[in-house]
Amino acid sequence: MNVIVCIKQVPDTEAPIRIRAGGGIDETGLNLVMNYYDEHATEAALRLREQFGGTVTVVAVGPERTREALRQALAMGADEATLLRDPALDAADHLQVARALAAFIRSRTPDAVICGKLSTDDNAAVVGAALAELLDLPQATAIAKLELDAGAGHATVHRELEGALEILEVPLPALFTVERSLNEPRYPSLPGIMKAKRKEIAVLDLAALGLSANELGPAGATLTGLATPPGRTAGIQVNGADPDAAVEAIVTFLGDRAKVL
Amino acid sequence: MNTDLSEDHRLIQATVRDFAAKEIVPVAARLDQEARYPSEIIARAATLGLMGLMVPEEYGGAGMDSIANVLVQEELARASAGVQVIVSVNNSLVCDPIVRYGTAEQKRRYLPPLADGRSLGCYCLTEPSAGSDAMALETRAQRRGDDWVLDGRKFFVTNGVEADICIVYARSEDAPGARGLSAFLVEKSFPGISVGKVEHKLGIRCSSTSEILLDDCRVPAENLLGGRGEGGKIALATLDGGRIGIAAQAVGLARAALEDATAYVKERHIFGRPLSNFQATQWALADAATRIDAARLLTYRAAWLRDRGARCTREAATAKLIASETAMWATHRAVQLFGGYGYIQDYPLERYFRDAKITEIYEGTSEVLRLVLSRDLLGSRGNAHQ
Repeated sequence: MNVIVCIKQVPDTEAPIRIRAGGGIDETGLNLVMNYYDEHATEAALRLREQFGGTVTVVAVGPERTREALRQALAMGADEATLLRDPALDAADHLQVARALAAFIRSRTPDAVICGKLSTDDNAAVVGAALAELLDLPQATAIAKLELDAGAGHATVHRELEGALEILEVPLPALFTVERSLNEPRYPSLPGIMKAKRKEIAVLDLAALGLSANELGPAGATLTGLATPPGRTAGIQVNGADPDAAVEAIVTFLGDRAKVL
Repeated sequence: MNTDLSEDHRLIQATVRDFAAKEIVPVAARLDQEARYPSEIIARAATLGLMGLMVPEEYGGAGMDSIANVLVQEELARASAGVQVIVSVNNSLVCDPIVRYGTAEQKRRYLPPLADGRSLGCYCLTEPSAGSDAMALETRAQRRGDDWVLDGRKFFVTNGVEADICIVYARSEDAPGARGLSAFLVEKSFPGISVGKVEHKLGIRCSSTSEILLDDCRVPAENLLGGRGEGGKIALATLDGGRIGIAAQAVGLARAALEDATAYVKERHIFGRPLSNFQATQWALADAATRIDAARLLTYRAAWLRDRGARCTREAATAKLIASETAMWATHRAVQLFGGYGYIQDYPLERYFRDAKITEIYEGTSEVLRLVLSRDLLGSRGNAHQ
């Protein structure tokens, strides 16, 4: 069972995000971590390896600093790690990232590709689905349970829907994106960290992936600006002692101020 | 010297911070109140490799350096100083001297179980009449055939109740002071060693502190650690490492007080404004942060020197002295900022305050550390009492 896990390095969800003058996020002093969902994806892959043998390969698109997230996955127990790094990928949108990942994954023959459901920085939940399309793999997204029958060559997955549970059978190879409820990720052990330290992280640029910048295609979306959301203003309190006056005040507010009537 | 942490060190720090926040913080208050040994947490810590941090990988350890050790100890102590001291003693006072002075056979026999959590270690130096004056200890070791026979009473032994492997310092030679001492690896299962009185303590209550009684305790000759008469040297060199671990504990405790107080003063309103708006509060926090920074950097320096194989007696003493006094100062100020809430068990501040006091006492009281430092300044004969 050979599994490829796609991971991303993101700002810690508790980190204060500052926007640079020229656009983009100011990374000074920003605590960058492996996307939490990707920790669950890595855990899922490690458990498949424990059950069926094989290898776990982690891959990430990002700048040099992304090595730290890959190193964490290695310390958790992944066998190998590859960083896809190229100046042309610095401003890549989700589709371009998926194309770079697809080029790498095509060079392998994994039984499964596992991604986090989304990354906590931009919450787009696009890369996994786009990647499955590009690789022409069946996909099951946001899975909360994964059971694999290696002999039969299929997986049974649970998806938690509003008030219902969807159970799918997916033929392998397939791509899965995972919920945080899927499992409890292990901590990297200290001996694991020492072993990870000795492992090489392969670095591939676009040329090594057999891609050129224009092959990534024009970005599906172009980032034109970033802004912090406006601060919340104080709410309005209506005194309910006189119900008629209160109704009048609310209707006036909805019409004149909120302009929804 | 570079004060930036390496990628590996940052990963270790982040991992243990996460582990401590999720698995220790939620139970720390209960462990303290019940004075209960946290066997399940120690087992989890062992699977992460925290019990044999600096033990070489060939003996089942994590093979890390002293810098990694102080990062781990600070994170553990930030959550629970009681849990931390159990781990720190196993690493610095038990595994470390076996790594440094043990024979290949001693390392092969004792290090793997100490590192993977099957065994726990303790360090038996102090006696009822030999605390700060440890080299005056009276426990006897007499050679009888192929064995040593140990007789005496050890006191204030951290991990004494749960430990399986005890490093016992005893007088084996007909010489006074440090030169007459040897170190022995004594298994709890050997005949003649037992746990005596168990102490009830002000702080670090989930770690045990007990007497270890040696009554005609037979120890095979191959369990001598280091050479005959080298026990004093081993005890003191080991304490350099131990003090670095306690300095890191003190930094963790001081940080706990500062972090909790910083969060609290922003939420607590008094006289119509947040407590954080008062300059008295701001200065207390700024002073605590400054002292913690200084203590942490001095702790890193001592660890860094130890990793380079350099003598670090002075630096370890300096780090422990400033860090322990910082822990006491910062927890004291933080309790005051919390007011009544700082004094009750619903908040962890009173625990931090109780835990902090021991850092000024064990592994060299502040007075002994000042003695170490002044001897370095004045020469060993420069002290009035000698």
